[in-house]
Amino acid sequence: MSAIQETVTDAPAIDAVPKRAMTLGAGTSAVVLLLLLVMPLFVKNFVIFQLTTVLIYGLAVLALNILTGGSGQFSLGQSAFYALGAYISAVLMEHAGMNYALTLPISGIICFAFGFLFGLPALRLSGIYLALATFALAVAMPQFLKLGALEEWTGGVQGLVVTKPDAPFGLPLSQDTWLYYFTLAIAIAIYIASINLLRSRSGRAMMAIRDNEIAASAMGINVALYKTLAFGVSAGITGVAGGLGAIVVQFVAPDSYTIQLAIALFLGMVVGGVGWLPGSIVGAAFIVFVPNIAESISKGLSGAVFGVLLFVVIFLVPHGARQVALVCQHWIGKLKRS
Amino acid sequence: MPFNGSRVATLSLAAAFSMVVSGAALAQKKYDTGASDTEIKIGNIMPYSGPASAYGVIGKTEAAYFKMINDKGGINGRKINFISYDDAYSPPKTVEQARKLVESDEVLLIFNSLGTPPNTAIHKYMNAKKVPQLFVATGATKWNDPKHFPWTMGWQPSYQAETRIYAKYILKNMPNAKIAVLYQNDDYGKDYLKGLVDGLGAKAKTMIVAQESYETSEPTIDNHIVKLKASGADVFVNITTPKFAAQAIKKIAEIQWKPTHFLNNVSASVGSVIKPAGYENSQNIISAAYLKDASDPQWNKDPGMEAFYAFMKKDFPEGNVLDGGTVVGYSVAATLVKVLTQCGDNLTRANVMKQAASLKDYEIGTLLPGIKINTSATDFAPISSLKLMKFKGEKWELFGDVISADVSG
Repeated sequence: MSAIQETVTDAPAIDAVPKRAMTLGAGTSAVVLLLLLVMPLFVKNFVIFQLTTVLIYGLAVLALNILTGGSGQFSLGQSAFYALGAYISAVLMEHAGMNYALTLPISGIICFAFGFLFGLPALRLSGIYLALATFALAVAMPQFLKLGALEEWTGGVQGLVVTKPDAPFGLPLSQDTWLYYFTLAIAIAIYIASINLLRSRSGRAMMAIRDNEIAASAMGINVALYKTLAFGVSAGITGVAGGLGAIVVQFVAPDSYTIQLAIALFLGMVVGGVGWLPGSIVGAAFIVFVPNIAESISKGLSGAVFGVLLFVVIFLVPHGARQVALVCQHWIGKLKRS
Repeated sequence: MPFNGSRVATLSLAAAFSMVVSGAALAQKKYDTGASDTEIKIGNIMPYSGPASAYGVIGKTEAAYFKMINDKGGINGRKINFISYDDAYSPPKTVEQARKLVESDEVLLIFNSLGTPPNTAIHKYMNAKKVPQLFVATGATKWNDPKHFPWTMGWQPSYQAETRIYAKYILKNMPNAKIAVLYQNDDYGKDYLKGLVDGLGAKAKTMIVAQESYETSEPTIDNHIVKLKASGADVFVNITTPKFAAQAIKKIAEIQWKPTHFLNNVSASVGSVIKPAGYENSQNIISAAYLKDASDPQWNKDPGMEAFYAFMKKDFPEGNVLDGGTVVGYSVAATLVKVLTQCGDNLTRANVMKQAASLKDYEIGTLLPGIKINTSATDFAPISSLKLMKFKGEKWELFGDVISADVSG
C-alpha cells in the first residue's frame, strides 16, 4: 500500500481495542445469557419473533465487527452476503427439500468462499475505497437475484416462500419459541467462536494489521492472507445469519436485501461500539426497535425522527454501547467499594 | 354519493333485519378479536418510507376516509380504529408489522397492504392465522386463489385481466393481426405478457410475430422499437412503465410505423406519458381503465367524482387530487366500508371473508360507468372488468362495452 493512500485512509482509523476489552466479564455474560434464555417465557409470540430478528441481525453485526473492529477493513456490502446466505438456505430447503438446520453450514461455507474470493481484489483497496467497492456489491446483489437465468431457482422478483419449521422431537414449543432458542444456540456458538478467533494467533495478526499494517508486515504477518481471511469469516457468519433470517421470515425476495440493509448493519455496528463484540446485539436491537419508536412518534417524519435519535446517540455516546457499559462498570465498581 | 351515511344505515338495517328473520341464533352479536360493540380494529401496512414511498399516499387517503366515516357515526355504530404501519417495502419488515398488527394490536383484519413482495411475505402467515388479508394493493394474479388461500383477496384488476381484454379485442376486430410486444423484464411485464398469450389462446403462436423485453436500467428502448417494426407487425402491445412508454410513442412516430397501438393502463396517464410524448403522436392509441381520471375534465360534473372532490377538499386537504393514489385509496376504503356494513353485527373473521366474497354489482362513484364489483366464493377478484378507451385530441374517449376477464391464480 502506498504512503499516500495510507494518509488518506488514516482519518477514520478505529481506536485500538485491547482484546480483553472486546468481551464481557464472566459474571455479566452469565446474567445476559440468563436473560436471553428466560425472556421468551414472559412475552407474546410476536415479541419472540422480534427478539429472534434481533439475534439474527446481531450475528450479522458481529460479523461486520470482526471485519471492521478486528481487521480494520470497512464494508458496506454485508447485505450481499446476507442475501446470498438467505437464498442458498431458501433454495436448498424449497427445491432440494433439505432440512433447514443443514442448510446453514452450507450457506456459511459458500459465503465464506465468496467473501474470501471477494477479499482478494479488495486487498488492493483500503478504507473508504474498500467501503465503495463493497457498496457496489450491495447495490448489484438484488439485480443478480432477479436475473432470468436464475429465476427457476430464485423465483425472480416474486421471491421464494419458505416453510417454517416446527419444534423437533415433539417438544411442546411454539414455532417462534423453538426458532428463538435455535437461533440463540447458533448465536452463542458463533459468539464464543468469534471471541476465541480474536484471542488466537490469527486474531492477534488481524488486530496488528488493523493497528498498523506496515508494522504488522514487518513482524512477518502475511497481511494479504489475514485480510482476506477476515473477509471470508465475516462473510461466512453473515451468510449463516442470512440463512436464519430466511427461515424465520419464511420468505426471500430481492427487495429484502437492498443497500438499506447494509447501511442498517453498519449503523448497528457503530451504535453497538466498533470492535466490541457484545455491542453487536445492542446495535441490532437499535436497528430493529428504534425505527418502530420513530414511527410511533411521527408517521410522516419517521425518517427524520430516526435521524435525530441516531444523532443523539452518536453525540452523547460516540463509542456506542461500549461506552455505556464502561460507565456502568465504573459506577458498579464505585458502589462495591463504598 | 352512493355510500353516504343514510343509505349505509338503510342497507345495514335491511341486512340486520334479514338476519333476524333468517334465524334467532344469528340475531345475537358475534365478534372475533379486533371487533367490539364500539370499535372495529383494522390493520394496514404501507411503504411510507423507502423506494416505494410514493404509494404511501394511498394509506393516508384511507386514514382520512375512515376518519370521515367515524365523524358520520361509524359503521353500524362502531368506530373504525385504523392502525397503519410502515414497512419501507421491505418484506422482512412487512412480516414484523403484520405480526405486530395481528398478535399485539389484535386487529380484525389487515387491509390493502401494498406491493407484491411484501404481500407474498405474509401470504402464508395470514392464511395460517385465518386473519383476512383483504383487498391487497397489487395487480398480481395470485391473490385470486380462494381454494388455497381463502383468507386473501385482491381488489384491482389483475395485469393479466387487462391484456386478456386486449387479446379479446384483437381476436374480434383484427383476426389476422401480426402482433409485436414490448415488455419490461420483471414480474409486472411477464404477468401482462402471460395474459396476452393466454387470451389469444391457440392463435398466440402465429399471431405474435415479435417479442422484445427491456431492463429498467436501459437508457432508451429505441433499438427495440426499430426491431419490432422490422418484424412487419401491424399491432403493437406496449407493456412499459411511464418513462419508456413515452419514449416508445415518440420513436414509433419518428420511424413512421403505424401499428394499432395498445398501451397498458400503468402508463395511460395523460400528464406523465401522453403529453411528454406529444398529443399528435398519441392519436388513436388504445388503452383500458377502471377508475375515473381526476385530471380529465369530462368528470367535473360527475356526481361520483364530485363526492370524491368534496372528500378531498374537506377531509384530506393536504392530499393531491391529481395523484392517482388518492382515487385508489378512496375507492378501496369505500369497498371495505361496504363489506363491514354488510357484516352487520356478525363481525367474525369468517363472516368478513364471506361478505367480501358476496359483493353483487357494487358500484363506486369513482369507478368508470358500468364497472361493477362482483365477488363470489370462487371469485376473489373484485374488479375484473375494464373499459377500452382511445386517445382522441387531448383526452381519452371511452368506447365499447365493459369487458370482463376473470383470471384466477
